[in-house]
Amino acid sequence: MLDVLLTRLKQKHRTMAYPAGPSPELPPRFAGRPVIAAELCSEGCRECAAVCPTAAVQAVAGGVRLDMGRCLFCRACERSCSRQAIAFGKDHRLSAGRREDLIVGAERPAAAPARHALAERLFKRSFKLRQVSAGGCNACEADSNVLGTLAWDMGRFGIQFVASPRHADGLLITGPVTRNMLLALKKTYEAVPSPKVVIAVGACAVSGGCYAGHPEQCDGAAAVLPVDLFIPGCPPHPLTILDGLLRFIGRIPEAAAG
Amino acid sequence: MRGMLSVYNAQAVRISDCPTLSVEAFSEVLVREVPGRSRLVALLAAPWPDGSMHLLAVLAGLADDSLSLLAAPVGSQYSSLTPAVTQAHWFEREIAEVWGIQPLGHPWLKPIRFQASAAGNPGPAIGITDFFSMQGEEVHEVAVGPVHAGVIEPGHFRFQCHGETVHHLEISLGYQHRGVERALRSGPDRRTQHYIETLAGDTSIGHASAWCRAMEQLAGTRVSPRAMAIRGIAAELERLANHIGDLGALAGDVGYLPTLSFCGRIRGDALNMTALICGNRFGRGLLMPGGVAQDIDGELAHTLLGRLDALESDTRGAVELMFRAPSVLSRFEGVGTVSAAAARDIGLVGPAARASGLEIDVRQNFPYGIYRFAYIPVCTGAGGDCFARAHVRWMEVQRSIEFLREQLRQLPGGVLQQPMGNLPPDRLAVSLSEGWRGEIVHVAMTDSRGMYRLYKVIDPSFHNWFGLACALRNQQISDFPLCNKSFNLSYCGHDL
Repeated sequence: MLDVLLTRLKQKHRTMAYPAGPSPELPPRFAGRPVIAAELCSEGCRECAAVCPTAAVQAVAGGVRLDMGRCLFCRACERSCSRQAIAFGKDHRLSAGRREDLIVGAERPAAAPARHALAERLFKRSFKLRQVSAGGCNACEADSNVLGTLAWDMGRFGIQFVASPRHADGLLITGPVTRNMLLALKKTYEAVPSPKVVIAVGACAVSGGCYAGHPEQCDGAAAVLPVDLFIPGCPPHPLTILDGLLRFIGRIPEAAAG
Repeated sequence: MRGMLSVYNAQAVRISDCPTLSVEAFSEVLVREVPGRSRLVALLAAPWPDGSMHLLAVLAGLADDSLSLLAAPVGSQYSSLTPAVTQAHWFEREIAEVWGIQPLGHPWLKPIRFQASAAGNPGPAIGITDFFSMQGEEVHEVAVGPVHAGVIEPGHFRFQCHGETVHHLEISLGYQHRGVERALRSGPDRRTQHYIETLAGDTSIGHASAWCRAMEQLAGTRVSPRAMAIRGIAAELERLANHIGDLGALAGDVGYLPTLSFCGRIRGDALNMTALICGNRFGRGLLMPGGVAQDIDGELAHTLLGRLDALESDTRGAVELMFRAPSVLSRFEGVGTVSAAAARDIGLVGPAARASGLEIDVRQNFPYGIYRFAYIPVCTGAGGDCFARAHVRWMEVQRSIEFLREQLRQLPGGVLQQPMGNLPPDRLAVSLSEGWRGEIVHVAMTDSRGMYRLYKVIDPSFHNWFGLACALRNQQISDFPLCNKSFNLSYCGHDL
């Protein structure tokens, strides 16, 4: 027993101050929200679109658009651009309530709204989620699960992963929804009592990710269920996921420019 | 081995140089070699340059650490190897499911992934198969999954129980099947690296390492010592993160919460060290054919060394606390035992094999990259139980920390990336790496245009899922979560 207490003392208090205090430091090479400077694009250049593995980058009249929902954050577009018209910034706030708000162009430089009126009213102080992996590679699962560790401690906000869909307020889905998981996912959704919400975490759950177009999967959760919150990334950083969840239930304010 | 083509790890050879026997003679060689003298590293069906299908076997010699290839043309059926060679069991089921080649006399021929065949024939609906079932009064069946209680990937488990005792566990997977191998066959292309890095997303470095070396050997590119060292650092950080996470989760499964809490956080510290190198906690994009995408300069090495010291001290405190607790030891010891003989017969790999006393570790048996110059001792246990699987992880954590410290203190020189040429036609390379779960095997074969004719992936979980089923024999069903965590296998790495 004394052992446990001594070790506990040595391990120190590690729960981060965020969101009341500063957010945890992100690594210098972190790829956050893309920043597009369309004015730097040269007419007719398609380099960035040509190298994108998931067709997330599209050349449009007067510049480029980047769909964060498809993006694997591999930075191939950034490397391909000789004019630095696309860069991945440090902003971790990537989530959006509407799929179309994940598309970044010159006109939307800051985070899109993620707040959900019903979720805020019902789940602000207690939000129980059933996680379903439907073809995920276990990276999104791991970085969702990590929010339960003492460093992130999402239990502080009343957010918790639960074992039974009967105990849940919604689903947090990862993976592109494989054909082989389709029935199990639908049954799990039906087992969640209404009113309920669905959250898609990671490029796969948002758009199929690098498996988009494969006949073995469904190109993401929205093809199967109504999705209320999209959290892009491959995988999203835990801070991106937590930010999305907290804004969704109204625990932290939306970005001013949203 | 006589009559076979001996290769080194990832060596590229002409497909036509691979010795070919009749299926009968091929089978005779395998029956003679496995498991006494060799381990079946891979058994697959592959489209040969002459348009026919061939069986291809990759054997690892147990005495001399040799790697050998042997092939045989095969029609729509052949006589199953499994009755004589247990290690062929899962491989033959896969070959039948993907290529429609029937192993006649296979004792347990069922789908392993419920996937469409290469020819496009849809497989059976998932979960519809001839499950093994035990008969008798008071015998009952417990079915679990695909959706489990935790934040975990999906799979279906059927326990045949009498009272609390599990007499048999059948593991039925395929829920994560997303068509990766099929899609890889049209590469290499823009998506290839992403497919590789998400074969098992918690083993991005392990799989990328096998892929990069296969590509480099095929293209005749040599990477610099510095790139090799950075790859090694990334691989050992991946091992650290996962082993530490597993040790915590094992503590959690026996209700010992302090170590669960501490290790859950420390695992993140290791992931964050990888993120310092490349920006991504799982090392995405760090390895690339020809080298690495990011450098570790003197300042970063210094930072990483400082973090490593803190991580070591925190981990030691958290893990030793657990191993000193009699309540933990009594729950770990003698639970989920796989004997050395069983481990050898079924072809276990990785920490699970080493916990049963088998000295197999790709880093030692078939050294590659930096491991040719920096030696990491193989850590083995003896009991083959949950304790041994936990303790082997703890020993490996310590060895990895020593390796990391040594590498970070004296990073060799060299350019980060060497240019990659095109892949030559009709070549074959078998590339192995030691992921944190064990032996990763990639078999790359090119066609007449230098594109992939076949890209076969064998995640360590492919071998070890059957080991978990064996570990549950005559155990209490309540020990399943603990046994499962002691293996911590990949669903997506198996399902592909």
